[in-house]
Amino acid sequence: MEKRKPLTMAQKILAAHVTEKVHVGDFTDVEVDMVLANDITAPLAIQEFERLGVDDVFDKERIALIPDHFAPNKDIKSAEQCKIMREFAHAHDIVNYFEVGRMGIEHALLPEQGLVLPGDVVVGADSHTCTYGALGAFATGMGSTDIAVAMATGSIWMRVPETTRIVYEGELQPWVSGKDLILYTIGRIGVDGALYRALEFTGSAIDTLPMAGRFTMANMAIEAGAMAGLFPVDEKTEAYMSERDEHLYEAYAADEGAEYAEVIEIDASAIEPQVAFPHLPSNARPLSRVEPIEIDQVVIGSCTNGRWDDLLQAAEILRGREVNDNLRCIIIPGTQAIYLRAVREGLAEVFVQAGAVFSTPTCGPCLGGYMGVLAAGERCVSTTNRNFVGRMGHVESEVYLASPAVAAASAVLGYIGGPKEVVQTG
Amino acid sequence: MSTIRGRVWKYGDNVDTDAIIPARYLNVSAEDELAAHCMEDIDVEFGKEVKPGDIIVAGKNFGCGSSREHAPVAIKASGISCVVAKTFARIFFRNAINIGLPILECPEAVEEAAEDQTLEIDLASGVIHNVSTGEEHQATPYPPFMLDIIDAGGLVPYTRGKLSQKDIA
Ligand code: SF4
Repeated sequence: MEKRKPLTMAQKILAAHVTEKVHVGDFTDVEVDMVLANDITAPLAIQEFERLGVDDVFDKERIALIPDHFAPNKDIKSAEQCKIMREFAHAHDIVNYFEVGRMGIEHALLPEQGLVLPGDVVVGADSHTCTYGALGAFATGMGSTDIAVAMATGSIWMRVPETTRIVYEGELQPWVSGKDLILYTIGRIGVDGALYRALEFTGSAIDTLPMAGRFTMANMAIEAGAMAGLFPVDEKTEAYMSERDEHLYEAYAADEGAEYAEVIEIDASAIEPQVAFPHLPSNARPLSRVEPIEIDQVVIGSCTNGRWDDLLQAAEILRGREVNDNLRCIIIPGTQAIYLRAVREGLAEVFVQAGAVFSTPTCGPCLGGYMGVLAAGERCVSTTNRNFVGRMGHVESEVYLASPAVAAASAVLGYIGGPKEVVQTG
Repeated sequence: MSTIRGRVWKYGDNVDTDAIIPARYLNVSAEDELAAHCMEDIDVEFGKEVKPGDIIVAGKNFGCGSSREHAPVAIKASGISCVVAKTFARIFFRNAINIGLPILECPEAVEEAAEDQTLEIDLASGVIHNVSTGEEHQATPYPPFMLDIIDAGGLVPYTRGKLSQKDIA
């Protein structure tokens, strides 16, 4: 028997989804297990789909369409975009169309609904599709035309990427989360530090990291330019999957001796809570080197940090405390299920009592859409993933990226600060 | 593929998709509306002064950030004939190829080019001629797979071609 070359996790998953033998750097058509688009990208995809001259989608159960960015409709134009997507979904019997009231932010919703499995290939017309790498899936963002082709044919072209392996060793300090690990990492390798590559996250600090933290990290792989960010499939992944409907899946692990473009070792025990300064996610600084900067708004939510664990962390800090008089605090759960649980388990009350907004799931302020757009000169601490110029509003506004713990603490303090300050003074 | 000639609009590294077309304008997909706001947040002159045929020249990681195809669509609809950069973000790169916006990677040409100079580009060979300085540079050639998509006129005509071949077979 021919001895097979050891492969990285990304190569192995892709190899299982192509018809010919492929190597790193090859361009090839890859079969996909799930295709997604949202209210911004779907209308363009639908327009291109119509130009392809096919009658129907490749599989009505393997397409997810989610109105989350400007929905519930923020204005008439958004309403028209959502309508295009809704009508397409109905015309083609798309099973996984999530109407407002049942929807969530796409990358929080799909894993929660069990629609992504370890070993899957997922493509989405949204750059943060890479979030599902947390489950050991190869998931990557593309454009609307790509997604039109994937919806029509069930496959799309890709270039088989090199892989950078990042090894995190050691025990995390108190209040340090997946968000801090990924901000630190992007700060170290830069916003194009993994351009065209896949990332593989491993090490003892990853073994102990909860699924929520893994989703946060995989989510921001794109912020280092990566095509995908993959986590090993372990007991935590299996436990997460077992809470969903029983599905058969095949988990892939990187081979011993696989060839990496780069291996980066990080002492995770030395990482402090991080804050990424405007206007790039790579402008990360440890909290101890952050002056007390006054802020006007705090946003806790998004596909990066709108999960249950994130809200729980925020509630731990906000419980019995008050949002500072000089700012607005906006908390947005990722999905309806998280929203409901927050109502049932008293988190909604904690937030409202503290003087925060507690909203229905939406991307909203994350991309400067609505529900918390910034004015000129305003500063916001946000648990989202991008702090580009004008990302959350006026071009002269500023976004500081941080974890839910730092964001909640800053909401109480009125300036950028850490949970330790609040817990001491509280 | 043809030769293009145009004035240089020069930008730095990491021009992101929010800079190319801010998300607040993504409640539409009409090309002309998108073009009207192209580059608005980092260059207010662009929308007023850009002429058909002009060329964007930028540093590394051009088009980083979101997957919005609205970004290359806005650039193309604003009249830009080609984007030359040191490197492109992955999704922007494939979006541009897919919709037929010419893009070239050429760090040397970027280093040399300055705002308001004139470039002449032979898209077929990837030779970039800086008319203002007289220098010539060779852009990174496209892999054959991508040339097929470009030659077909974008991903939709390319896929239509493949689908009709299947029908015949
Ligand atoms: S929450 Fe923000 S980053 Fe995530 S999908 Fe929505 S707009 Fe994109």
